[in-house]
Amino acid sequence: MLQATDLHKSYKDVVAVSGVSLSVGHGEIVGLLGPNGAGKSTTISMLCGLVKPDSGSVIIGGERAGEDASAVKRRIGLVTQEISLFEDLSTLGNLQLFGALYGVSSSVLETRARETLELVGLADRASAKPSTFSGGMKRRLNIACALIHDPEVLLFDEPTVGVDPQSRNAIFDNIETLRGRGKAIVYTTHYMEEAERLCDRIVIVDHGKVVASGSKDALRQMLPPRATQKAEITGRITEEVRAFLAARALTIDETASQASLEDVFLHLTGRQLRD
Amino acid sequence: MTALSALVRKDLVLYFSNRRAVLITLAAPILIAAFFGSVLGGPPKKPSRVPVAVVDLDNSAVSQSIARSITEDPSFEAKLQPEAAAITQVREGKARAAVFIPKGFGEGSTAAMFNPALPRPDLVIHFDPSQAVTVAMIKGLVTQHVIAAIGKAMSAGRGGAGFSTPFGISEVEVASGGASKYSAYAHSFAGMGVQFVLFMGIELGVGLLLMRRSGMWKRLRAAPVSRRLLLGSRIISGTAIALLLLIGIYAAAILVFGVRVEGSIIGFAAVLLAFALLASTFGLLIAAVGKTPEATRGIAILATLLLVMLGGAWVPTFVFPEWLQTATQVVPTRWAIDGLDAMTWRGLGLEAVAQPVVAMLACSALFAWIAIKRFDWEE
Repeated sequence: MLQATDLHKSYKDVVAVSGVSLSVGHGEIVGLLGPNGAGKSTTISMLCGLVKPDSGSVIIGGERAGEDASAVKRRIGLVTQEISLFEDLSTLGNLQLFGALYGVSSSVLETRARETLELVGLADRASAKPSTFSGGMKRRLNIACALIHDPEVLLFDEPTVGVDPQSRNAIFDNIETLRGRGKAIVYTTHYMEEAERLCDRIVIVDHGKVVASGSKDALRQMLPPRATQKAEITGRITEEVRAFLAARALTIDETASQASLEDVFLHLTGRQLRD
Repeated sequence: MTALSALVRKDLVLYFSNRRAVLITLAAPILIAAFFGSVLGGPPKKPSRVPVAVVDLDNSAVSQSIARSITEDPSFEAKLQPEAAAITQVREGKARAAVFIPKGFGEGSTAAMFNPALPRPDLVIHFDPSQAVTVAMIKGLVTQHVIAAIGKAMSAGRGGAGFSTPFGISEVEVASGGASKYSAYAHSFAGMGVQFVLFMGIELGVGLLLMRRSGMWKRLRAAPVSRRLLLGSRIISGTAIALLLLIGIYAAAILVFGVRVEGSIIGFAAVLLAFALLASTFGLLIAAVGKTPEATRGIAILATLLLVMLGGAWVPTFVFPEWLQTATQVVPTRWAIDGLDAMTWRGLGLEAVAQPVVAMLACSALFAWIAIKRFDWEE
């Protein structure tokens, strides 16, 4: 669905992106990972037509992506790192604006807005202004604005910055739902646990270049296996199991079975969104 | 809803949703224009009397006659004062001038009246240098009283009534040509309207820089809309906002302060529209050449104050030196104020606004062209 080939971009003498290539299919999430200044945002800007590459190409659904009024842009939804909402327009007003910019007709817009707000859990806040929203709600509305024209390709540029675990969890659920609907998704993040949970494939960039790409398993195999191997046992460890393992000099790492701090947090505070 | 109408609607909703800011934007020019209009003349009324002190050091019949006629003149608020008190009054700003009639003035001036060979006595006027503009008027009026007093003295004993100015002067105000008279409010509302609508233009320009900083501009640019449409929508919404503000300001001027559009209504509307476009493109120019919102706002306010000052918004351009009056013809605010003056208190026809409107449209086109050329599209 999305095919970027050998993208290059420099700003005067500074090379921002050098030879980045990636592809994303329908119903696939590709993680674009890298430290600050690695070239992730410039790559995203080139993918969505905001920045013209010095060389290389971006093909969306068989069409070459262009700048400004290019019709290919209608096939892309961009969720920016910054919250890109007009705070004094209502939720619906923001959706109507972005719908109109992407050529969604008024007759379709109403239904689409309702569906999108339901997806992100803001159906009851259609007439409220984002200035009254929490950070998590704004992030979700930011996503809704990128979905209003039902794009085939979605570009998420660090969409969970500064949100609480409930909202982050809800955003992950939204993204997984969108994958289920066949959207091709590029997801940039600094958080490895997000990439672990969401991404089917990962592209790691540094200094503007792709340093590794492939499935999560393929990337893990790039490092030599540790001397100690670990196996995960799901279920209750009975005394018989303990005895069986001890007889073979195998140890149990009890911490491995412990829940993550986030699991505990969500267990104690619930998964319900806090708006 | 098209992309253009959605963008324009968005700008209008965002601007007018901040009701407090809109109220201040409307109230500030109205209050300041009301103040300037009141101070600089306001609606037709009797001129204020000029306070002067009269010092009679001669104490002759002629000097007493001069002093009396000056104190009775309705143009003056004059009192006979001792020498030191008169000087103190001028120094303290309580009197604009002190007219000193020196010793021997009556005798000397009467003798010199028809004999140029004789020395002429000096009447001395001590004046407040901050009020120098009134000295010429005081000199003229005092001369009239002196001539009348001398004439009276010369014909005394001959049964004559003296002599006086052998002609009268009628005053005819040339303003609208209709029954209405000049109101300083008409000029002050033109000036303050222009100033504050330009301030609004600055806010629109700075608003675009803030959108760029917040990433909002990038988000809009990610949509499939052309650069022309993005900037064009800003020009249209800016023009609409400026026009609505001007209408609000002039509604107050007309309803509360008695300003009338004595000239062409179409001409008045054309000047408002052309200036609204000018203010909008001025805002776009600021957004194009500005770097940070903070620095840009400061520089833009300074530039605006210069533009309105040179355009005659604070004081009419006829008080400028002649070279400055000529030089300010290139200042677009001058055309706006001249055009509004022409359609309000001057009461001129549609043809009188052709030049101001064309000049403002040309400036708008220039501002828009520079803005489009200089606009930074790199994200």
